[in-house]
Amino acid sequence: MFEITAVESFSPSTFLWEINAPEIARAARPGQFVIVHCDETSERIPLTIADFDAVKGTITIVIQAAGKGTLEMMAYKAGDRISAVAGPLGEPSEIENFGTVVLVGGGLGAAPVYPILRALKLKGCHTISIIGFRTKSLVFWEGRFRRYSDESIIVTDDGSYGEKGLVTQPLKDIIMERQINRVIAIGPLVMMRSCAEVTRPFGVRTIVSVNPIMVDGTGMCGSCRVSLGDEVKFACIDGPDMDGHLVNFDELIIRQKRFVKYEKQSLALYEKKCPK
Amino acid sequence: MSKIARQQSTHLPPDTRRTNFNEVVCGYTETEALTESGRCLQCKDPLCTSGCPVRINIKGFINFVSKKDYKGAYKTITEANLFPSICGRVCPQDRQCEAACILGKKHEPVSIGLLERFVGDMAQQNGWQETRPIVPINRTAAIIGSGPAGLACAYDLAKAGVSVVVFEALHLPGGVLTYGIPEFRLPKERVFKEIENLTRLGVTIETNRVIGRIHTIEDLMGRLSFDVVFIGTGAGYPKNLGIKGDALNGVMSANEFLTRVNLMRGFDFPRYGTPVGMGKNVAVIGCGNTAIDSARTALRLGPENVYIVYRRTLEESPARKEEIRHAIEEGVQFICLTESKEIISDNEGWAKGMNCVQKDETGSSEFLLNVDTVIYALGTMANPIIARTTPELTIDKAGYIETNKENMITSIQGVFAGGDITRSGGAFTTVIHAMSTGRRAAKGMLEYLEAVIAANGRPPKFRG
Ligand SMILES: Cc1cc2nc3c(=O)[nH]c(=O)nc-3n(C[C@H](O)[C@H](O)[C@H](O)COP(=O)(O)OP(=O)(O)OC[C@H]3O[C@@H](n4cnc5c(N)ncnc54)[C@H](O)[C@@H]3O)c2cc1C
Ligand SMILES: Cc1cc2nc3c(=O)[nH]c(=O)nc-3n(C[C@H](O)[C@H](O)[C@H](O)COP(=O)(O)OP(=O)(O)OC[C@H]3O[C@@H](n4cnc5c(N)ncnc54)[C@H](O)[C@@H]3O)c2cc1C
Ligand code: FES
Repeated sequence: MFEITAVESFSPSTFLWEINAPEIARAARPGQFVIVHCDETSERIPLTIADFDAVKGTITIVIQAAGKGTLEMMAYKAGDRISAVAGPLGEPSEIENFGTVVLVGGGLGAAPVYPILRALKLKGCHTISIIGFRTKSLVFWEGRFRRYSDESIIVTDDGSYGEKGLVTQPLKDIIMERQINRVIAIGPLVMMRSCAEVTRPFGVRTIVSVNPIMVDGTGMCGSCRVSLGDEVKFACIDGPDMDGHLVNFDELIIRQKRFVKYEKQSLALYEKKCPK
Repeated sequence: MSKIARQQSTHLPPDTRRTNFNEVVCGYTETEALTESGRCLQCKDPLCTSGCPVRINIKGFINFVSKKDYKGAYKTITEANLFPSICGRVCPQDRQCEAACILGKKHEPVSIGLLERFVGDMAQQNGWQETRPIVPINRTAAIIGSGPAGLACAYDLAKAGVSVVVFEALHLPGGVLTYGIPEFRLPKERVFKEIENLTRLGVTIETNRVIGRIHTIEDLMGRLSFDVVFIGTGAGYPKNLGIKGDALNGVMSANEFLTRVNLMRGFDFPRYGTPVGMGKNVAVIGCGNTAIDSARTALRLGPENVYIVYRRTLEESPARKEEIRHAIEEGVQFICLTESKEIISDNEGWAKGMNCVQKDETGSSEFLLNVDTVIYALGTMANPIIARTTPELTIDKAGYIETNKENMITSIQGVFAGGDITRSGGAFTTVIHAMSTGRRAAKGMLEYLEAVIAANGRPPKFRG
């Protein structure tokens, strides 16, 4: 059993869990994820490690309630226990002094960018962060981002905070203006695809973190397969970080819909049981 | 004696079993077991044992059965095979012990598998177990993977007094026995009983631990001070289909399908959260045990048609013959000598058909199979996690771990391996093979502990 040591709500549908998991906290590296299995009947849900503290023995995950599984997670309080957390999983992000890096986080994707940002900064990179949200009330972790960013930009779709627009605009401006050595973009698939399209003409290496549907997370089922150029890769063991210029996003977007019918059924059942 | 017909165990009728996951073969009653044991000729030089990969004294245990000394029978079997309840159900007896049985030349062979299962189940019911007291020897072993190889290795080490921790990546132990082979062929209760016995011997099982990620092998031997390590991670990585349309929605590996159903209990969706996502017309590509299990599992989820599309003839299938027969009885439709060429998409990226080419002596013909689900069971390969995170480990070109076949030691001192991860592709990978290599490794590990450690007073350092 794993204890949830803290819960924080960012908005009506986004929240944070801190979990007591000393072995995972010790082994975790930026870019890795865990699989959370709340109880015997729940799905195994992959979630990126948004922070980890080996001294305290905790890991942090930030969750967007997207369907039944994640909605159910919203009901847990600090002190509650869940049945299993497996991890860390996946290949860690490459952390080196690359020179100038731009880190782009879209919505909840900002959370998994954070440990990569911190590690790159500590390695000596010049870090530029661009984080984007739909609206001001959804903004979180601004302070954390500023602390490790040499330059930081916040955008909102509606202009209610920071610059108005999408993350791709400042990304384009920066890339046109200066020499960028690497871009890391994490967020919804369409956002990562747009970022990769912005950087492609400039030939700037762009790493995205793919989130296909997973089951085991150990390379055993192939549910998470992603076409990368001519190759087939398993996101859970070869990724989740992948070369954004090679990922077949169109295929990935379609594959995200594999279980839509069942997800709706689950959700309807959940809403009947727990009316808002 | 041979005039008595081979005793058939009761089977659930095909129409009933298609609607549920209950075990199909009910197993022998005591009367049936006694009658069947009476068929054994008790040959002076029995051939059956030479057909058994672990050389069970088959004649001996059957003799005990015929005298109603079931405990004696159990003891005889477990000298060679720790898990009769499992092997009695899943071993390919038709090409091992029973293929060698002399009675089979003229009549039907003795039903060794069902007798073994009878004895194993009897032992589980009565809680028979190794009773010799365990003398701790102050040594520790880490076992990676809780499939049959890891479990068998753990058993022997524990009995020899080694303190054993098994690390399993998934949330339930058992390996393929749990996530792959379906309930109707191997009830999970049987597997978990054996695992319970292991924990009763003092073995600790830590689930949700992916070794290579949470601890490397170096960590196990360094920071965590294990004296020896056994790698029994299986070869679970599914081979890709590699035809046009293989990324479409509705196309999945047999491992994914079986894991969703068995491990995640997707057959009971939405009570269990994980959906299976199977359509109305299902094609399974391949014809090994995994393919047959997938097809029969699919059938139980209530589709209109389940096909097995196989490029060879049924006679060439490596699956247990009994399972093929069961599949046919249950209504799986076999399309043999047929290659799958391409999966066709609808407008939204879902599979809506598969182009196939059937070949025989007269030529070849193309046809479109109307399916919305394609499950591919083309075999598996070595999972790369351990090799990638253990550069010191010597692996072959396909990623399988190289071992000394005598004692199963790897290129690293104190690190042993067994089961599917130690055999290259195409090799015959079975539960009994995994168990026997796991046991061979345990023997090697004990010898190693004795020789190497006794000489140095302590185990050598990693890479030592
Ligand atoms: C490596 C990785 C890291 C991730 N990190 C985070 C994170 O840090 N925070 C976060 O909020 N979400 C993250 N996700 C996505 C998260 O796993 C899904 O939102 C969650 O599984 C949805 O489950 P549900 O039951 O709530 O919704 P469902 O109703 O089951 O599905 C909602 C949508 O989520 C996606 N999804 C469903 N099941 C899975 C699954 N098993 N694996 C992946 N996606 C799925 C599908 O596209 C689906 O349409 C990550 C996914 C992956 C693969
Ligand atoms: C569907 C199916 C049906 C089959 N039917 C039969 C049959 O009827 N008869 C027969 O004899 N054989 C059958 N087989 C083959 C047989 O199951 C295998 O040969 C056998 O299970 C191999 O045992 P193993 O211990 O080597 O590995 P596995 O059973 O594969 O177990 C390996 C375990 O290690 C775990 N693991 C992997 N990597 C790590 C890691 N890094 N850290 C921690 N744990 C890890 C896995 O999660 C798994 O639990 C079948 C196989 C399948 C897939
Ligand atoms: S999630 Fe099963 S192989 Fe990646």
